Amino acid sequence: MIELEGLTKYYGEKLAVDNLTFTVRPGVVTGFLGPNGSGKSTTMRMVLDLDNPSAGSVRIDGRHYRELVDPLRSVGALLDASAVHGGRSAYNHLLCLAQSNGIPRARVAEVLDMVGLSSVARKRSKGFSLGMGQRLGIAAALLGDPRILMFDEPVNGLDPEGIHWIRNLMRDLAAQGRTVFVSSHLMAEMALTAEHLVVIGQGRLLADTSMAEFIARNSRSFVRLRSPEPERLRDVLHAAGHPAAVGPDGGIEVEGVQAARLGELAAEHRITLHELSPQRASLEEAFMRLTAEAVEYHAHGQRRPGAAAGAAQAAPGAGSEGGPVPEGTAGGGWGQDWRKKGG
Amino acid sequence: MPVVAQVLRSEWTKIRSVRSTVWTLGIAVVVTVALGALVSALVERDYHGLSPHDQLTFDPTFTSFAGTGLGQLAMIVFGVLVVSNEYSTGMIRTSLAAVPQRGLFLFGKLTVATLLALVVSMATSFITFFVGQALLGAHGAHLGDPGVLRAVVGGGLYMTLITVFAMGVAAMLRSPLLSLGVLMPFFFLVSNILVNVPATRKAGDYLPDQAGQKIMQVVTVDNTAPYGPWGGFAIMALWVVAAVAAGYLLLRRRDA
Repeated sequence: MIELEGLTKYYGEKLAVDNLTFTVRPGVVTGFLGPNGSGKSTTMRMVLDLDNPSAGSVRIDGRHYRELVDPLRSVGALLDASAVHGGRSAYNHLLCLAQSNGIPRARVAEVLDMVGLSSVARKRSKGFSLGMGQRLGIAAALLGDPRILMFDEPVNGLDPEGIHWIRNLMRDLAAQGRTVFVSSHLMAEMALTAEHLVVIGQGRLLADTSMAEFIARNSRSFVRLRSPEPERLRDVLHAAGHPAAVGPDGGIEVEGVQAARLGELAAEHRITLHELSPQRASLEEAFMRLTAEAVEYHAHGQRRPGAAAGAAQAAPGAGSEGGPVPEGTAGGGWGQDWRKKGG
Repeated sequence: MPVVAQVLRSEWTKIRSVRSTVWTLGIAVVVTVALGALVSALVERDYHGLSPHDQLTFDPTFTSFAGTGLGQLAMIVFGVLVVSNEYSTGMIRTSLAAVPQRGLFLFGKLTVATLLALVVSMATSFITFFVGQALLGAHGAHLGDPGVLRAVVGGGLYMTLITVFAMGVAAMLRSPLLSLGVLMPFFFLVSNILVNVPATRKAGDYLPDQAGQKIMQVVTVDNTAPYGPWGGFAIMALWVVAAVAAGYLLLRRRDA
């Protein structure tokens, strides 16, 4: 279990991580999602005590990282796969890490085999491809058979077969009851592997929710209608018991009704339709909208009520709601707010 | 302390598994011995052409160490690379995740590298001495002569300390290029200029290499410095302690 409490990091004047509080629990893959430069890597570096937090703290199973005896046996991390001495062989790279934590030498061959690098174990790592380097980094993370694993953008540079392998590996590790914390800037990737989701933007916590909940809320499907007589159409829809909302582009959006039924309804009342189209907001759009709001927030420095336009433009067709995330709704609060507006 | 033994073992694996170790130490040995031998051979040939004063103050031991000035540069490269390789490759983040106690990490690394440098430097110093004296023939010194053993052991200690100094500077500056860019011209040019210009001579005597080199001299009639061989060595040791301490404090404070 990794517990972050009020974790904050300034680089000079720049706020990189802003008061993050969340817990990464064992037994599930927790996705750590945010656009590039949102503070994911900085957060992970602070978990490993590589960077000193400006405020707040991180606890690993209740203890500070520096207090861990043989830390690689508790936490295995892949932060930057290129962070190896290229002149050293894969075997020796893992051996020096193993020795520093009292891990038996036999384990080195074991993890090399696990990641499929046995045949190049004695080769210097500077000749490795991106994917092989990534596998070496994962081997280093697995070396101490740790209860907690942390991967920063693990699928970067991997071929489809490698990506498939990583996904299964992470799920297997979680299924064994380990804590798996994995960052990505790709929502689609997370949707395939993570059961829990932590979203940050501009260093701030935007969401801390289960993946199922996130999908249920965000992959909203609706039908968009356009008519030269929008008022009449809305009255008809209302009378038929289908609540309608006005979309950002002036179109009428109806949830939970088939497009065919709406077409028939319009025909019955002889209302001309210019558009009748089923829509589905993708998770990627929902994620982009969520983080675009955080970006806009910082650009203006304060909350502008009704500043939905910018956010909505970021994800056309994503739906009618999309006001900025109000301040102080970090954590579970964000989800509640979302539900209120979405429902 | 099993943790200390683990870190030492790990650092030994690191140091022996990269080629730069063999290259830099090998060049240090070859350059120091070869240049010392060359100068010794030339002096032996021209000995009778020297002025009476030069003949009287001739220091055969120090003459055989003529290659130290150049050989020490290879030791400096070794010292710089041992530390700054961690930074230039990004390995430092992996290393500190494995050994989060900054002091344990740095002193483990420095201990292993220093012991290796000491073994290589001592061997180089004795080989250089014996080769040089053999080439000097009748003008050569013997290990049993007064002050000679101290000078030869001192030669090994000097090379070791200059390496540790380089490690301390590299821990401060992190970048191998910056560290070498500061250390190489300083020890090759600046320090020699400072100590040979009358205006800066007094201050120059307190530079780490100028003070440290006194331990390799047996005949010291021309020595104007206000300290003896071990005094000079102590001054150099203070520089080394300061560089390592500064490197440690910065490593502890900085983000990796």
